Amino acid sequence: MLKKIFGLGRKKKKKEELVDEQVVQVVEEIKEIEEDLGEKKEEVEVEEKIEEKVGEKAEQKLNEVEEKEEKVGFFSRLKKGLSKTRKGFVSQVEDLFSRFSSIDDELYEELEEILIQADVGVNTTMKLVDDLRDKAQEEKIKEPSDLTNIFREQLIELLNQEEEEEEDKPTILMVVGVNGAGKTTTIGKIGQKFKAADKKVLLGAGDTFRAAAIDQLKVWSSRVGIDIISHQEGADAAAVAYDAVQAAKSREVDLLIVDTAGRLHTQSNLMEELKKVRRVIDREAGDMRVEVLLVLDATTGQNAISQAKLFNEAVNVDGIALTKLDGTAKGGVVIAIKEELGIPIKLIGVGEGAEDLQDFEPESFINALFDGEE
Amino acid sequence: MIFEGLADKLQGAFDKLKSKGKLSEKDVKAAMREVKLALLEADVNFKVVKKFIKKIEKRAVGEEVLGSLTPAQQVIKIVNEELTDLMGGSQSKITFASNPPTVIMMAGLQGAGKTTTVGKLAKLLKKEGKNPLLVAGDIYRPAAIKQLQVLGERVEQPVFTMGDKQSPVDIAKAAISNAESNGNDVVIIDTAGRLHIDEELMDELKDIKKEVKPHEILLVVDSMTGQDAVNVAQSFDEALGVDGVILTKLDGDARGGAALSISSVTNKPIKFGGFGEKLDDLKPFHPDRMASRILGMGDVLTLIEKAEEQIDAQKAKELEEKLRRQEFTLEDFLDQMNQVRNMGPLEEVLGMIPGVGKQLKNINMDEKELDKIQALISSMTIEERRNPEMINGSRRRRIAKGSGTKVQDVNRLLKQFKQTRKMMKQMGQMQKGLGGKGGLKGKFKLPFM
Repeated sequence: MLKKIFGLGRKKKKKEELVDEQVVQVVEEIKEIEEDLGEKKEEVEVEEKIEEKVGEKAEQKLNEVEEKEEKVGFFSRLKKGLSKTRKGFVSQVEDLFSRFSSIDDELYEELEEILIQADVGVNTTMKLVDDLRDKAQEEKIKEPSDLTNIFREQLIELLNQEEEEEEDKPTILMVVGVNGAGKTTTIGKIGQKFKAADKKVLLGAGDTFRAAAIDQLKVWSSRVGIDIISHQEGADAAAVAYDAVQAAKSREVDLLIVDTAGRLHTQSNLMEELKKVRRVIDREAGDMRVEVLLVLDATTGQNAISQAKLFNEAVNVDGIALTKLDGTAKGGVVIAIKEELGIPIKLIGVGEGAEDLQDFEPESFINALFDGEE
Repeated sequence: MIFEGLADKLQGAFDKLKSKGKLSEKDVKAAMREVKLALLEADVNFKVVKKFIKKIEKRAVGEEVLGSLTPAQQVIKIVNEELTDLMGGSQSKITFASNPPTVIMMAGLQGAGKTTTVGKLAKLLKKEGKNPLLVAGDIYRPAAIKQLQVLGERVEQPVFTMGDKQSPVDIAKAAISNAESNGNDVVIIDTAGRLHIDEELMDELKDIKKEVKPHEILLVVDSMTGQDAVNVAQSFDEALGVDGVILTKLDGDARGGAALSISSVTNKPIKFGGFGEKLDDLKPFHPDRMASRILGMGDVLTLIEKAEEQIDAQKAKELEEKLRRQEFTLEDFLDQMNQVRNMGPLEEVLGMIPGVGKQLKNINMDEKELDKIQALISSMTIEERRNPEMINGSRRRRIAKGSGTKVQDVNRLLKQFKQTRKMMKQMGQMQKGLGGKGGLKGKFKLPFM
C-alpha cells in the first residue's frame, strides 16, 4: 500500500534550496494558525464532540484495519465490498461465452452490450471487441468458451501498469476532482491508512470554496489524529498549499495530502486556479515528490473521460482513485480512460471504512466488472 | 472523444445515399444506428436506448421520413420530439400544499449535490415569496450540518438542526412543528447521501416519509451519472415514491443521458437543473433543451435567452444601421465585445451554439486576450476609436504604453479590425441581397470571433 501511493508517478528532479527566511515565516504562520485554532472555541467544541462520539469506534476500527491488513487478503475484502448486490459469482461474460455454441456476430454483439452497460463506452467497446475478433480469427478459435480467457487477459493487460520501483521518500499528494467525487473522504481514508502504518501525515485544507469543506477535513483530522493546515473559507487555495508544504518540510512528514475544491473540469478559471496550486507545490516541494491523484466517482458515465483528460492537461494526473464501487455502478469508464489517455487506476473505494480504500488490482476489478447482477 | 453533433453524423450517413434518390428502409436503419450510438455516448441507459430506438424506427420508416427531401432533419426532428416527450414534455413545478407548510424531502447518492441543492432551492423559493426552513438531516457526513448552516446564512433563511445525535426522523418531525410555530411555509429536509442498496439507510428514509409525509420527494441526481442511473432512480422510487428529479452539475460538459434514463424508468418529471456553483444557479428544467443537449445539438434556446437578457435591443439596432452604412468603429467593437462578455464566460456561450459546442470546447478561449483588447481600445481617444486610420506611430506607442501592452499588440488589433470591417462589408452586401432579414441575424454578429 505504502509504496504504491508513493510510487504514484513522476519523480521530482529539481532540488530547490530552502530559504531561511521562508522557514522563519512559516514557523510564524504556523504559530498564528495554531493560535487561531486555539481561539476558535466553537470549532474545538465541535471537534471534541465528534471525538467523543467517534473516538472509541475509530480506535476499534484502526485496530481492525491493522489486523485485517495482516490477516485478511486483499481479494476477500474486495469481493466482500463488491458482492453486496451480486448474488453468486457467475460471470456475465463467462455465461455469455458458454451459452453460445459457435462464435458469431450475435455473440460479439452481446459482448458489446455487456461492456456498454458497464460504462466502458462505445468507442472503447468497439475497439476491444474488434481486437478480440481479430485474435480469435488469428488463433483459429472455434469454441466460444476459449474466448473467455483471451478476453480477460486482453483487459487485464490493458489495465496493468508496470510498477516502477521507486525509493521511499516523502510525498506531497495533491487530490483533485469534480464536485462530489469523494475527495475529502478519500483523503481521510488515505490519512488513516498511513497513520495506521506509523507514518507522519499532514493534511492541507485546500478546499476553501465549498461551505464547511474545511470543517469536514478537520473532523477527519481529529478523528484520525493527524495535523491539518488550514486557512479561512474563501482564502487563496495556493496560499494554503504553500503553507502546508512549508509545514510538511519543517515537520518532516512522510506524506502531505493537499485537498482542493471540487470543480467541473470545464470551468477554465477554476482550472487555472488548480494549475496555480500545482505550480506553488512544485516550486516549494524541495526534496519531496509531488503526485496528483484524480478522484473519480464510479457512477460517472462517459463524462469521466472528459474529466480525466482536462484535469490531466491542467495538472498532470499520476493516478486515479475510483470511489463508490460498493454500489451497483461498475466504473467501466476507467477502461476507456486507460485505453485513451493511459492514466492508471491506483486506488478503489469499496465501502465506508478506511480499510475499504484499496489498491487497484486489474484482475479482481475485471472479475467484478462482469459479474452478473441477477 | 470529440463528438460531432448527431446532426453532422446523420447528415453524413444520408449524404452517402444521395445518389440513390429515395431512401430505403435499410437506409433508415443505418441512420438509427447513428442515433443509437449518439444516445449511448450520452450515457443513456442501454435498455432505454433499445426501447427508444424501436419507437423511433417505427415513425421514421413511415412516410414521414422516406418521402422527405431532407431526411436527416426529419429524423432529428422525430428523435428530438420523442426525447422531449419522454422527459416529460413541458417543464413541471413544485406542488405546494394547500395547508402549509409544504414539506420537501431530498434524497440521493453521496456526492450528488443534495446539500448544495437545498440551499439553491431555498433561494429559488424565497424569490417566489416563500419562507423556507432548511432542515439539517444529514447527521453522518462530517460537517454536513455546518455546510447547510453556512448555506442558510447566505440565503438568509433559518436552518433547523439538532446536532448529529438525534435520529433524522426525530429531527424532521421537530423541524415541522418548528416551522409551524415560526411561520415557515416551506420545509426543505436535507438527508444524508446513501447507496440505493443500503437497506438500513433506505429504511431510514422510509421512516422519515412515514412520519412527516412530505408533499414532494425530490431525487437529486448527478447529470454525469452513467448506466447506473437507472438502478439508482428505480431503487429510490420503489422505496419512496419519488415525485420529481433534480439534475445537478449541468454546467459541465456531460451530455446528461441520465435524464432520459431516469424519466424513462420512473416516469417522473425532472423539475430543476443545477447549472453552476452560485446559489442562483438552480433553474427550472426544460426537457426540449435537454433533448438537444443529449443529441449534441447545442442549447440554442438558452443562448437566445441569455442574449436577449444582455443585448440591448436599441444598441443592436444602431449597430445594424452602422453596419449597413459601413461605419463600424472600434468603439462599436468594444461595445459589442462587452455585451457578449456579459452573457458569461465566452466558452460557455460558444458551447451553446449548435455544432460549435464540442469542437470549440477544446480550444482554449483566452479571456485574457479579450482583456487585452479591451485595455487597448480603452487607451485610445474617442477620435482614434472612430477613425482608426489616424493612429500613427507615435499614437501607437502611446496606446501601447497606456494599456500596458506592446506596439505589436496595437498593430495586431488594428489589422484584425480592418479585416473584420472588410468582412462585415461583404456580409452587409450579402444581407442586402437577401432582402435583409434582420431580427436575430442582426443581433448575432460577433465581429471579433
